[in-house]
Amino acid sequence: MSSETIDVRYVAQLARIELTDDEVERFGAQLGNLLDHVGRLAELDTASVPATAQVIESRNVLRDDVVRPSLDRETVLAQAPKRQGAFFRVPRIIAEAE
Amino acid sequence: MTAWEAVIGIECHVELRTASKMFCGCQNEFGGEPNTKVCPVCLGMPGALPVPNMRAIDHMIRAGIALGSEIPAFSKFDRKNYFYPDMPKDYQISQYDMPLTQGGVVRYWLEDGTMKECRLTRIHLEEDTGKSTHAGSTDGRIAGSAYSLVDFNRAGVPLMECVSEPDIRSAEEAVAYLEALKRTFVQLGVSDVKMEEGSLRCDANVSIRPIGASEYGTKTEIKNMNSFRSVYRAIESEIERQIAIVESGGRVTQETRGWDEARGVTHPMRSKEQAHDYRYFPDPDLVPMEFNAATMEILRSTLPELPTARFERYTKQFGINVKQATQLVDNAQLADYFDQCVAACGNAHQCVNFVLGDLSRLSNESGTPVYYSNARPEYVAEVIDMLEKKIINSKIAKELIERIWEAAGSPRAIVEREGLSQTSDPGAVEGFVNDVLAANEKVVAEYKAGKTNVMGFLVGQVMKTSRGKADPALAGELLRKKLDAS
Ligand SMILES: [Zn+2]
Repeated sequence: MSSETIDVRYVAQLARIELTDDEVERFGAQLGNLLDHVGRLAELDTASVPATAQVIESRNVLRDDVVRPSLDRETVLAQAPKRQGAFFRVPRIIAEAE
Repeated sequence: MTAWEAVIGIECHVELRTASKMFCGCQNEFGGEPNTKVCPVCLGMPGALPVPNMRAIDHMIRAGIALGSEIPAFSKFDRKNYFYPDMPKDYQISQYDMPLTQGGVVRYWLEDGTMKECRLTRIHLEEDTGKSTHAGSTDGRIAGSAYSLVDFNRAGVPLMECVSEPDIRSAEEAVAYLEALKRTFVQLGVSDVKMEEGSLRCDANVSIRPIGASEYGTKTEIKNMNSFRSVYRAIESEIERQIAIVESGGRVTQETRGWDEARGVTHPMRSKEQAHDYRYFPDPDLVPMEFNAATMEILRSTLPELPTARFERYTKQFGINVKQATQLVDNAQLADYFDQCVAACGNAHQCVNFVLGDLSRLSNESGTPVYYSNARPEYVAEVIDMLEKKIINSKIAKELIERIWEAAGSPRAIVEREGLSQTSDPGAVEGFVNDVLAANEKVVAEYKAGKTNVMGFLVGQVMKTSRGKADPALAGELLRKKLDAS
C-alpha cells in the first residue's frame, strides 16, 4: 500500500487533529512506509492459521456482578477542565438532533 | 390506485438489570445524584482496565436462547470509535462482527389473536453512554445551547441492542413486536424494560412498497420515540408521509428523521457532513469469550415457559380469550398463580373468572397482589370444585372468595362448619318456598294478574330466607309450579 491510497486529511479529521499542508505531505509518506512494512505480513501463507482478535490466550475473563465503591464526586469533578455544580461542563454538543 | 405496504425493521436498546455496570463495579441503578456512580473505568481514565460483568453475559445468552438465536462458540468485544462528550473514552465498547447472539425469531400476537413472527438479525452487548443536558438555550434544544452538562452515572451500564429483520408490516405490528420483546425480557429478569426510565429505546427503519413487490423502497430511520404510543404514531405518520410523496410523483429521501411528539410529525434531522466511520477494531483490553454447547443446552433446558408459549397454551388449550390471556401473560406471577389454581381444580374458565374477577378486584381494593394473599390456589380450587358439584351456589362462592381473602382457611371446612352447602333437597326448599309465598301475598297476586317478572323477586326472597343456601334453580321451579297450579 502506498501513501496515495491514504487520505491523510480524512484520517486527521477522524482523530480531530489539525495538519498543515507540509504535515499532510510528510505524514502521508510516513504512513505509507508504515503500511508497506505491515503489508509484508501479506506475503506469509496464513491459510492454515485461524483468525484471532487477541494475542494472549486467555478466554472468559469475567467478574461477578458485585457493586464496589465509586469515586467521591468532588475528587472526580476536580479532574474536569470545567464543571458546573454536580456536572461536567463540556462544549456544546454538535447539533445532531435538529 | 396502488395499495401500499410498509416494510419496517426495529432496532431497540434495552438496559440490562444487573447490580453493577458492564465493565466496573459502579452501581447500575436508575436516578441518583449526578456523577456519584463513576470510577476510573467508566470515566475512561488512562490505564483503567475493564472486566465484563458475568451476569450481563448470562442475561444476553438467556435472552438469545429464549428467542431462538444461535449462541456462537466464540464472541468478542470491539471498540466503536467516535467523539461525543457523553462518552468519556471517545470510543464505546460494543460488538461488531462476532456478537453474543445471531439470528432468532420473535413470535408475537396482535389484538385479534393473530400470531406473527419477526426474525432477529442479532442481539449484541454494548455499554450505555452518559446523559447530557443542553444548557444555555431557552428551550433545552441542542441548537441554541451554549454548552452541555454531563452526568456519567449511566455511562458503562450494560445495554443490549436487538436488531430485527424488516419483517414488520404496520405500526400495530411494530408495537406488538416490542410488547413481546418486553414481556420476554421482563419474564427472564434480564431487564425492567421501563421506557419512562429510558431502559428501552428504539429506532425504526421505515419504507413502503406496492403490496406484492419484492424489492424494498428507500427507507428512513425514525428516532426520538419515547413510548409505545409514540412508536405507533410515528410509524403511522411516516408511512402516510411516504405514500403522499410517492403518489404525488416524488421520491423518498434516505435520511434520519426525528419524531415530534407534540406536532405529531417526523422531521429531518440534520445529518453530519461526513458519514460515520467508526473504525471498529477488537478491544485489546478485553479477552474473547468462548462458550461450549453443553452449557448452552443446560441454559436452554432451565428456561421458564415464555410469554408467547404461555399465551398460546391459554388461548388454544384452555380456550381463554385474547384479552384475558394477554392480561394473565403480562403478569407472570399472577399467571403462575392461575396455573396453580387450574392444576388443582381443572376448570380453567372458572379460574380465569375468579382470578381476573373477584380476586383481582380484592387485590385492587387492598393493594395486596393476588399471589401474596391469603387466598391460596388450593382454596380457590376448592371453591370452584364445590361450585361445579353444586354443593354451593355462585353467591356463596363469591362470599367464600371474600372469606379466604380475609383469612386463610379451607373453604370446604367453612361450608361444613357453617352449614352453607346448597340445599337441593326438594323438601327443605319447598319449606322456604311456602314461607315466602305466605309472606308475600301481594306479590303473589301481581304474578297471578300476569306480572310474571316478579318471579326474580320471589326467588331472591327464597335465597334470603334460606340464607343463600337454596338451589336457586330448584327454588324457581318450585315457585312456578305452585303459583301456576293454584
Ligand atoms: Zn465505574
